[in-house]
Amino acid sequence: MSLFYFVAFLSIIFALMTIFTKNPVHSVLYLVVTFFTFTIHYIMLNAQFLAIVNFIVYMGAIMVLFLFVLMLLNLNEDTEPMKSVLVKVMGVVAGMCLLVVLFGAFRVLDVSDALVGPQPDIGLVKNLGKVLFNEFLLPFEITSILLLTAMVGAVVLAKNDTKKA
Amino acid sequence: MDSMLGQIQGIPLNHYLIFCAIIFSIGVVGVLVRRNVIVLMMSVELMLNSVNLLLVAFSAHHGDPSGQVFVFFIMALAAAEVAVGLAIIVMVYRNTKSIDIDALSKLRW
Repeated sequence: MSLFYFVAFLSIIFALMTIFTKNPVHSVLYLVVTFFTFTIHYIMLNAQFLAIVNFIVYMGAIMVLFLFVLMLLNLNEDTEPMKSVLVKVMGVVAGMCLLVVLFGAFRVLDVSDALVGPQPDIGLVKNLGKVLFNEFLLPFEITSILLLTAMVGAVVLAKNDTKKA
Repeated sequence: MDSMLGQIQGIPLNHYLIFCAIIFSIGVVGVLVRRNVIVLMMSVELMLNSVNLLLVAFSAHHGDPSGQVFVFFIMALAAAEVAVGLAIIVMVYRNTKSIDIDALSKLRW
């Protein structure tokens, strides 16, 4: 039981480091660690398929893409644009206001006595595959079109236009 | 494995709500305080992930696998979003030599 609180604490610490570190490369690395703690959360909820997908897709693919673009653009601490202190303080205060509003809503909801434990089998590949290919077959196929569109769009956008140059 | 899973049998749903709200708020603060467009996109990823974790927690609470399928779709969507977003950032950097979000302010006109 205390494992959840320890991992949640680590997640919050590393998420804070992500947004307050000046160097964008360190920011990406802290975000990778944050996502790793999220993977541990998924394992604790017995969502094994999502834990693996989170590990491979988020940490393996998306974060490497971020790191690759950062290194391609040759960004580091010296080129990092920073906002003024006043804007930063205002941003933090606005975020805290959002947090207070959410906590107030949770107090009204009053769900504190409900316990969440790991379900024995709903997070396994067999069970999720059955749901995915029965009830969610059409959204699944449309997702493939979305990914194809994104791939074509990314190539078209990032391609160097030789005719103009 | 069983003993570890038995250990976390009793996490109140409220604590998952509070934890995910904190992570989401950190993402919002990141969007507000940073000017680097890439860090902004990373903050958006943080918000998406907090919602993912909350969906999985509710899915485990109700014993319904639909929530986990939604998370799977959100992950596919995030991958598409990151690919297109980073391509746009590379193109903007090529034109303006800057990744400052203020360099994009003329998109208003």
